[in-house]
Amino acid sequence: MKLRPSAFWVCAAAVLAGGLALTEVLNNDYYFNALYVILQGMLMAVAWNILGGFTGYVNFGSAAFFAVGAYTSIFLDKYFGHVLPLPVLIAAAAAVCALIGLAVGYLSLRLKGVYFSIATLAMAIVFATLISNWRYMGGARGAYILTPDKHLWFHSYIQMLFMAMLLLTVAAVAISRSLVASRLGRGLAAIRDDEVAAECAGVPTLRLKLVSTTVMGALMGVAGAPYPFFVTFVDPSSAFSLFVAVNAIAMPMIGGTAHWLGPVIGALLVGGAQQVITVTVSSELNILFVGLMLVIFVSVAPQGIVGLAQKFWARRRAP
Amino acid sequence: MLSVDLLSNALVAGLLLGGFYAAVSIGLAISFGQLDIVNIAHPAFVVVGSYVAWILNSRFGLDPVLVGLLAAPLFFAAGVAIYRIYYAAFERTGQESLSGLAFFFGLMFIVEVGLMLAYGVDYRLVSAGYIGKSFNLGPVGLPLRLVVPFVAALALTGGIWLYLARTFTGRAILAVAQDPLALQLMGADPVRVKQFAFGLATATTALAGALLIVIGPVEPSVGREYIGRVFAIVVLGGMGSIGGMFVAALLLGIVESVVSTFAGPSWAPAVAFGVLLLTLALRPAGLFGRR
Amino acid sequence: MDHPRSFLRGWLASGLAALAVALASGSAQAAEPLKIGFSMALSGGLAGAGKAALIAMEIWKDDVNAKGGLLGRPVQFVYYDDATDPSKVPGIYTKLLDVDKVDLVVSSYGTNEISPAMPIVMRKKLVFPSLFGLAVNDQFNYDRYFQIMPAGPQPKLDWSKGFFELAKAQNPKPKTVAIVAADSDFALAAAAGARENAKKDGFNVVYDKTYPPSTTDFTPIVRAIQAEKPDLVYVASYPPDSVGMVKAAREVGLKAKMFGGGMVGLQFAGIQTNLGPMLDNIVNYTFWVPAPTLKFPGIDEFLKKYEAAAKGKGVDPLGQYLPPYAYAYMQVLGDSIEATKGLDQAKLAAYMHGHTFDTVVGKVKFGKNGEWAQSRVLMVQFRNVKPKDLDQFRDPGTQVVLYPPQWKSGKMVYPFNE
Repeated sequence: MKLRPSAFWVCAAAVLAGGLALTEVLNNDYYFNALYVILQGMLMAVAWNILGGFTGYVNFGSAAFFAVGAYTSIFLDKYFGHVLPLPVLIAAAAAVCALIGLAVGYLSLRLKGVYFSIATLAMAIVFATLISNWRYMGGARGAYILTPDKHLWFHSYIQMLFMAMLLLTVAAVAISRSLVASRLGRGLAAIRDDEVAAECAGVPTLRLKLVSTTVMGALMGVAGAPYPFFVTFVDPSSAFSLFVAVNAIAMPMIGGTAHWLGPVIGALLVGGAQQVITVTVSSELNILFVGLMLVIFVSVAPQGIVGLAQKFWARRRAP
Repeated sequence: MLSVDLLSNALVAGLLLGGFYAAVSIGLAISFGQLDIVNIAHPAFVVVGSYVAWILNSRFGLDPVLVGLLAAPLFFAAGVAIYRIYYAAFERTGQESLSGLAFFFGLMFIVEVGLMLAYGVDYRLVSAGYIGKSFNLGPVGLPLRLVVPFVAALALTGGIWLYLARTFTGRAILAVAQDPLALQLMGADPVRVKQFAFGLATATTALAGALLIVIGPVEPSVGREYIGRVFAIVVLGGMGSIGGMFVAALLLGIVESVVSTFAGPSWAPAVAFGVLLLTLALRPAGLFGRR
Repeated sequence: MDHPRSFLRGWLASGLAALAVALASGSAQAAEPLKIGFSMALSGGLAGAGKAALIAMEIWKDDVNAKGGLLGRPVQFVYYDDATDPSKVPGIYTKLLDVDKVDLVVSSYGTNEISPAMPIVMRKKLVFPSLFGLAVNDQFNYDRYFQIMPAGPQPKLDWSKGFFELAKAQNPKPKTVAIVAADSDFALAAAAGARENAKKDGFNVVYDKTYPPSTTDFTPIVRAIQAEKPDLVYVASYPPDSVGMVKAAREVGLKAKMFGGGMVGLQFAGIQTNLGPMLDNIVNYTFWVPAPTLKFPGIDEFLKKYEAAAKGKGVDPLGQYLPPYAYAYMQVLGDSIEATKGLDQAKLAAYMHGHTFDTVVGKVKFGKNGEWAQSRVLMVQFRNVKPKDLDQFRDPGTQVVLYPPQWKSGKMVYPFNE
């Protein structure tokens, strides 16, 4: 499952071109809405995996980064009178969340394992409370964002959002892949296997962890930044929703955490299935589905789908 | 304006609330604190306990706390069964940390939806003679709705603490996470010890759930509100310390109550979890943790 | 299908299916169903209300179809569960419009779930009958938005107006008020309105705080309020906290002269039955109670159907709060379609603005912003409530309407803890 760099870039370009073509061919906004939600989940999953999958530090507070990203856009949009273009908002959200990620990285200096996870959860609750009490941002009442009418050369606003999200997600996958393929990636894997041993062997563990928490934070902020324009109404309970955090963990776990492709496959599967279930059986079964998938996959295939595939290929090659 | 009346009432209310938090957290202090099983579904089990209390209370008028005690053996059996699955799928293969977490996440959703499908989404309440009554000790008011859970929690925590400290199985539970090999040499099977301990942890949720529904209305996903709190309490108290957990629970209750009274309730969660973050940053092993 | 028997069976089945399709398409040619699409909270935090609303809407659909449908076409619902998750709503409405090609849409329940649908509905210029969102249209100013919740032209202010009007009429006039609200959209808006009303009516606000939805114990809050010795206590809360507040107020022995205002949940039969006598003398808002002044044509019949349909579904057994309005917002839409004899959205909107509708919740007239032209937020007082008795809430005497004067059915007991 090693993809040559050139092959990867060809694939990435093909995906982007395919997305563009889709906006030309398909004139049905529903599919772009559905794809947007899947991509948003994918971006979160890829980001989570950079820390959780590569170093083994489990972040429970993904929703905090997502929400801070979303609220950064709301703040800037409001403060500058709805003139800033989306890319600026996204960049700003990335910067703010990268800083929070950096702080979380320093936290990992002292806290290992579950202590780290609980600390990220606590951080999410503290952030949620702060935003709930911040009147300017709408507080707990929520904030409205009116979507602008212009959408470049696309047929509708959601098509533009979809393309933006596709670009961001492809970029995130590229970053995640280059991280894992580089020397850095081997260092991260060493941390996951045995942090103390890695430290002794001269791996700069702190620096590596800081890099991965910062990148994770930035990417999650990026995922959250366009969200207000997608829903037009954001309140703390929906932005800090448990579902955001759960999906960010469930998708990589199901796809496979050790490989950069894992969260992508997991997001396609889980996110896609969620969309289908929402509009077909349409009930509590959606939550049940995530629950069952998680339980079944982690019990039967703890390496995820990518792990299963790798095992399968290995067996075929060496009978 | 700081009045002595208000302060003493806030402290007592916090103490009572903290006692209830201890009842909800004690199971987790065993499963997570002692056995290192990241049971994020613990609050969901507590909600199941609430539903059992509600069903028997509304059908037969049984006292919810009594139902909690009666249902405990059933919950014990369920806990044992869940541990068997957990052991077979994760511990045996050494996958427990991350996969185990995801497993319990999934379990939490399954339990929640199961309750929803079976009993709908309406708020459920119980009735008992002591709900709504209160008595006074000088200037301090004691609502029975909170005193009953507090007393029950005190008994539960005390009982489990004594059990762990005094009996052979109890000491085996304390030892199992730290040194399973030594335990094996002493002739105890670590898997069976853990299985028993996880059953015990789950059994406590029957009572905790009953106390939860005595305090207020319950619906299937109300457990989510407690995930942060119960883990915070166990970590704050220090992994592996039942006494520490109890102190941490009281502390969290008192902080929430005092902040509610004097600074405004909307800041209570930020202050409570801020305390947790600070403690973790300064004393990563919690207040009374094993290091 | 290599087994001859199963082959035969399969052939038979496919033949039957083809026949069924032919029959169905035959009747469809006669009357293509009229599809009404919506998203509804059927799981998650608001599912209790969402499921009850759906039951009421289904009753409307059956009533209409029993009379031959609308425009001679049978009415069909296309709906999806938004799981009380606003991020699902845009996808659902685009699916309804672009894939399912529904003829009309109506809203989900609650502010959080209505707002995300607004831009989509506005782009297609559809009429949008809405179910219980507070002041959603303040943001969008959409002239085809129609809110069935009778909050009135100034939703935030009208919400608590009755409470303060009642207080003002007392002799001697109470002076101080405490306002406490849950940290969430509706409750905060209601509290903001109460603050303004208090100021306007010359009350001194001595306590004004909010609490997070995760609060377990309300006694510290009630004690902090008690310490300020307010004459009035205005509470804007959600079901679990309303219960906690009422219990804490009784346990602490709150000495206010009026208590209540904007507590959601005290309208639900399950909670009412459990709280029993603890409810006595609380003055709280609601939209309908079985008072003699509010016996609109059709309401009793509707509630009877609702009670039968709600049995065993784990929703509010009496359904006096939301379900009549869920039925009524469909009635408004149905009547307009019949009257304009078509689905022209501009004509529908003009008709809805221009006419007074006769519904199970009485006469409905919309104002310019799509809210009711005149507020009908009722202030009711609980009286002599017996413990553990569901049936008493079907009787007119248990909840007495105090405000507005037009609907008044009794006098207020004052002060609260007499």
